[in-house]
Amino acid sequence: MTEPAITPDLIAAHGLKPDEYERILEIIGREPTFTELGIFSAMWNEHCSYKSSKKWLRTLPTKGPQVICGPGENAGVVDIGDGQAVVFKMESHNHPSYIEPYQGAATGVGGILRDVFTMGARPIAAMNALSFGEKDHPKTRQLVHGVVEGVGGYGNCFGVPNVGGEVRFHRAYNGNCLVNAFAAGLAEADSIFYSAASGVGMPVVYLGAKTGRDGVGGATMASAEFDDTIEEKRPTVQVGDPFTEKRLLEACLELMASGAVISIQDMGAAGLTCSAVEMGDKGNLGIKLTLDHVPQRETNMTAYEMMLSESQERMLMVLKPSMEAEARAIFQKWDLDFAIVGETIPEDRFLILHGNEVMADLPLSKLSSEAPEYDRPWVPTEPAADMDPVPEVDAIDALKALISSPNYCSRAWVYEQYDHMVMADTIRAPGLGAGVVRVHGTEKALAFTSDVTPRYVKANPVEGGKQAVAEAYRNLIAVGARPLATTDNLNFGNPEKPEIMGQFVGAIQGIGQACAALDMPIVSGNVSLYNETDGQAILPTPTIGAVGLLSSPEELIAGVPRDGHVLMVLGETRGHLGQSALLAEVFNREEGDAPPVDLAAERTAGEFILANRQWITACTDLSDGGLALAAFEMAVAGDVGLTLEPSDNAMLYGEDQGRYLIATNFDKAEALMVAAGQAGVTLSTVGKVGGDKIRIGGSEASLADLSTLWRTAFAAHFA
Amino acid sequence: MKAAVIVFPGSNCDRDLAVAFRAAGFETTMVWHKDGALPEGVDIVGVPGGFSYGDYLRCGAIAAQSPVMRAVSAHAARGGHVLGICNGFQVLCETRLLPGALMRNAGLKFVCKMQRLSVGTADSAFTAGYAAGQEVTFPIAHHDGNYVADAQTLASLEAEDRIAFRYIGNPNGAMGDIAGILSPNRRVLGLMPHPERVVDAAQGGTDGAAMFRALAEALVAA
Repeated sequence: MTEPAITPDLIAAHGLKPDEYERILEIIGREPTFTELGIFSAMWNEHCSYKSSKKWLRTLPTKGPQVICGPGENAGVVDIGDGQAVVFKMESHNHPSYIEPYQGAATGVGGILRDVFTMGARPIAAMNALSFGEKDHPKTRQLVHGVVEGVGGYGNCFGVPNVGGEVRFHRAYNGNCLVNAFAAGLAEADSIFYSAASGVGMPVVYLGAKTGRDGVGGATMASAEFDDTIEEKRPTVQVGDPFTEKRLLEACLELMASGAVISIQDMGAAGLTCSAVEMGDKGNLGIKLTLDHVPQRETNMTAYEMMLSESQERMLMVLKPSMEAEARAIFQKWDLDFAIVGETIPEDRFLILHGNEVMADLPLSKLSSEAPEYDRPWVPTEPAADMDPVPEVDAIDALKALISSPNYCSRAWVYEQYDHMVMADTIRAPGLGAGVVRVHGTEKALAFTSDVTPRYVKANPVEGGKQAVAEAYRNLIAVGARPLATTDNLNFGNPEKPEIMGQFVGAIQGIGQACAALDMPIVSGNVSLYNETDGQAILPTPTIGAVGLLSSPEELIAGVPRDGHVLMVLGETRGHLGQSALLAEVFNREEGDAPPVDLAAERTAGEFILANRQWITACTDLSDGGLALAAFEMAVAGDVGLTLEPSDNAMLYGEDQGRYLIATNFDKAEALMVAAGQAGVTLSTVGKVGGDKIRIGGSEASLADLSTLWRTAFAAHFA
Repeated sequence: MKAAVIVFPGSNCDRDLAVAFRAAGFETTMVWHKDGALPEGVDIVGVPGGFSYGDYLRCGAIAAQSPVMRAVSAHAARGGHVLGICNGFQVLCETRLLPGALMRNAGLKFVCKMQRLSVGTADSAFTAGYAAGQEVTFPIAHHDGNYVADAQTLASLEAEDRIAFRYIGNPNGAMGDIAGILSPNRRVLGLMPHPERVVDAAQGGTDGAAMFRALAEALVAA
């Protein structure tokens, strides 16, 4: 078959810059074939190569006694004691979800689940952090419905509980929604599977679903800005089949238990190309593939198409040759394809054969080691200007404005479309803070949260980056969990713009400082750049997914406030209203600086909660919306009214960091006060629980009415 | 007492159901869908929740044709007990072990939440641990739980006291608020809600435990 000639237009269409193409010519000393050009484009795009971000990602703290495997594999691996490990990662599927919301979101979930079970872990929890455009933008409603159904459609069928996440709305996402999918799995710490191939002449096996033309060039598409031709890119979105993924999970875990697997890698972005190169590169081996043996769903597929297809639910494995019959039998049992498509070779070579022709013959290690790496110019974000005064408003009016807004109303409409109880180990459902899942058959449980406040990051990337980690830390602490480790999903605009690169650099600095100070190293992550449409960038959105450990059921703080309880705030309230929810939702102003984060104070407050949990019935972190919103959500959870003493807006709605709201009975509150005095932390009584009204700032409203407003707002906006 | 839990390739509540059976004292075996036979001496067969064969066609339609369902039908014909939960209920309807069908939810969305139910009858091995009219809360998690049947079927379910559970606050449009029904011999129960997800307090409720305890008592006596 004749391949197209290499022209400057063709090179540009592959997202390769002229100097990058020159580099290819230098490496191979000749003009690449069409298939080779496709392979380079797949390996060197931003999505796969991290060429703009690598320099900064290296600065993140990734080590700790709890870390078994940090970034660089399919997912991070963290010790949870008793020979067990939690395996987790978060990854974006932004561009595909904007183009085709259902399939884009569904395959985002599928991809992250595969990353987890490729390591030998059975997925036990999922989360999704979603960012959409403003409520009245013509695309928003359709995206909300499509993305939520896609997330649910895939995860519900696969059978993993979706225990948390975020949903936000802002005009900066009008042309570029974000879908960040998290998954965590459970594995034996001594049975983790990695991607590095080993041994020469070992069979390379293709597992799972057949290869079609879907997703060809997807990773390259995801590395470009959008413009009005976006609808033409629909064919680059993959189509998901969760039933096949479920079978692939079971078959892979059986196969791994059989001892047949030397190494294994899922076929995600850039499919066969990326997975084969990664296995060879990490094992210092070459790979030969004969594409005639690849199971194909469509006829007359070319080498180029097969190498770049992003068909879902596929894996590549290096097999112990003596175990071929057993391995094949397991895949036949689950009615999945199993085909030997190549072998490992001693020389540094990526050799692709099709129809007795050599379609690509490249130096394998250079595909990743010689990938371009950029130190992009960046400028620090300008310090925020001083903020104009904020007028006082009635505290109940402000609460009503918040709880009926798309950003702060109940998310039940979303999470009720996700099975959050399958596997029957969910002990804290989504809705308020971290979700908690038991480690099946043990006394242990794991807590999961995902957090970021993009307004803060835009105003002050360093403090905003810190805040995202600090909020994740607090959400884990508030359920009584010891924070273990973190995954970061960094969503930004075009890194070729120095101010966007400046946001990225600042956020990484803040995240790094916080992860180090709070002892929750980054063990996996993903970078999504070029989130821009017609030159308009999204808010910088470094989503932090974090995992915490509870060693026994007694450690869980999951109570609700009861009549007669005392309400207390741990941590200092100064009344920071810059970039607050009150300012944004009530006054339509996004002004001022992000709240500063005192990492030492965060740590002290967190340790105080863990050391004194026997005195705490209900606990939640204070984040956007401040004390008033957190107290309202606690009241709804307990179905009981409450009264808050502070009266001015800044004290009620200020977003100072390092704070928790605690509800407990009078005797325990006294004990907690004594403990706080000894520990030197600030603990103040701010109100009491009781009645059927919310009373704040001299106003009051019936809890039932407010609760109805909060519960029904999401459907009123979007259903 | 012996229980068997059917495992289709897309089952995802099979383990949860086995855990609930075992906690109630059943010796429980998992049975792979390609197996044409049940283990000797099985008292009750559980058909679990999930997506049997992907359910890209009508839910449970392909599962109803699988070899293992012929064995389940034979077990039911011998007077054995069968419990179908969620997808299992859909499979039992498609297999014609229970009448009626489960259509897409009236709201067209998947719905997962704690659901209040009213026990329709205590007259079965499944529901003997409850009182008729008692309110219980089980989770629901389904896209196709909207029970439909012709008027005659509905009338006979009603007349024969075979409506095991009714929704309080109908979440899916089911006719007569029907959440679960019994076969004429009262030994086959299909229901959309998940009793196996509320068998210990940490799960946020224990209302499901009484079903498995009652089954254990009935079947040990049998």
